[in-house]
Amino acid sequence: MNGYNFAYLDEQTKRMIRRAILKAVAIPGHQVPFASREMPLPYGWGTGGIQVTASILGREDVLKVIDQGADDTTNAVSIRRFFAATAGVQTTTRTADASVIQTRHRIPEAPLTEQQILVYQVPQPEPLYRLEPSRAETTRMHALAEYGAMHVKLYEDIARLGQVAISYDYPVMVNGRYLTSPSPIPAFDNPKLHRMPALQLFGAGREKRIYAIPPYTDVRSLDFEDHPFRPHRADAACALCGSRQSYLDEVVTDNRGGRMFVCSDTDHCASRRAAGCEGVAA
Amino acid sequence: MSDPTLLSARGLRLSFGAIPALAGVDLDLWPGEVLAVVGESGSGKTTLLNVLSGRVRPDAGVVWYRDPDGALHDVHAMEAPLLRRLHRSDWGFVHQDPRQSLRMGVSAGGNVGERLMAAGARHYGRIRASALDWLAEVEIDPARIDDLPRIFSGGMLQRLQVARTLATHPRLVFMDEPTGGLDVSVQARLLDLIRRLVARHGLAVVLVTHDLAVARLLAQRIVVMRRGLAVETGLTDQVLEDPQHPYTQLLVSSVLQA
Repeated sequence: MNGYNFAYLDEQTKRMIRRAILKAVAIPGHQVPFASREMPLPYGWGTGGIQVTASILGREDVLKVIDQGADDTTNAVSIRRFFAATAGVQTTTRTADASVIQTRHRIPEAPLTEQQILVYQVPQPEPLYRLEPSRAETTRMHALAEYGAMHVKLYEDIARLGQVAISYDYPVMVNGRYLTSPSPIPAFDNPKLHRMPALQLFGAGREKRIYAIPPYTDVRSLDFEDHPFRPHRADAACALCGSRQSYLDEVVTDNRGGRMFVCSDTDHCASRRAAGCEGVAA
Repeated sequence: MSDPTLLSARGLRLSFGAIPALAGVDLDLWPGEVLAVVGESGSGKTTLLNVLSGRVRPDAGVVWYRDPDGALHDVHAMEAPLLRRLHRSDWGFVHQDPRQSLRMGVSAGGNVGERLMAAGARHYGRIRASALDWLAEVEIDPARIDDLPRIFSGGMLQRLQVARTLATHPRLVFMDEPTGGLDVSVQARLLDLIRRLVARHGLAVVLVTHDLAVARLLAQRIVVMRRGLAVETGLTDQVLEDPQHPYTQLLVSSVLQA
């Protein structure tokens, strides 16, 4: 830990980020600008999430980092090691043991509690950016709660394809007020955002925005009354643990079209197997 | 005419530098009435329309709008969210160039539905049914509901814009040269359509045009503008048959007789 302040960032920077976080918690779903710092990893690797984590981390915290649900991928391993080295905090891969979970593109399968904070890495915080290129205009649309354009996108999908064709980063209304990007989590995870007991913080480093969903906040996925939101899941069981409830990754196993479905949440899969559950490939 | 007005303007003034675009204009519009604003290019017609609809703030003067509950609103003192809501629901704006208000990358149905969705409609089936109704009403083949406006002709685009504008059943529609840039036969068809829709839905319309024939066909009353002033106001037939102001006389006499 020599040569570093606790958790890498200097205290003034942490204070600035905490102020942004407090404001974000006070206005659920509203994007708060903050002075994002250069971090020792490239944009797109979680510079926003890592700054939020650094600002909220205490010496007693237990950190878990996941990337697409997995604890053992490059991004997850390097960020976990980063905080082990710069903050000396305890790390874990077990969802239940963690007090801070930094995530990229997934929400853990195990239900989170009031004692936990979930930190998302966000590439694009603006849910309207594909529809309206001007930041000034999207800010105005948020201020006036003019979200008709987003529904036009859903309308077009249903008119052309018979269903909404958004499988990840599915836009949500937070607390009935702000249209918000849930970060590129699969639409499958959207229902978990709704009234989650844990605090959810979202950090976008390149775009310099922080937003939050406080515990027990209403989060609704956009839909139509006659075309209700339907989360999608591959119609298969995990090849390792046999789960038919968890979100699955499709893994190509050879060059002859062989493939298998496995849980994207590695901790969930491992604990099920430890409890004796078995899939076809186990 | 002692009924309460829908829209009233008093003493509107607006200069662009040294050029007075509006030099003290008064105007009244009653519910269900079509008022034509005519005059040559640069006489302040479009500026007047923009000021009346709250899109441009005047240097002086006031615009009153009476909402369905009878309450009066000073259009330029309204808060932005209220004014935007008014533009999305109670009011409509038909531009000369339909590309200004249509989303060219969104299907015809989506364009008509957008105003409904912006007003809070969240039932896909009903939005689509309403879009189909409106397309039929403006004589666009309902089979083209999922086509992009990009492949529509100019006349169809303008009719689509009318359908989109009327989808939320506004009480007041501002039209800026709705037939400009269309060829004569298409113009005639569009005018016919607008006249029918205005009558059927009891719309109040402020219509800006340089074409006296359009004014004669659609409007009950007419305002003649010149250099930022309303030089003559009255019933359309009266003004066009028996113009009093020298400028109106010039305008009427310079129309080519076919």
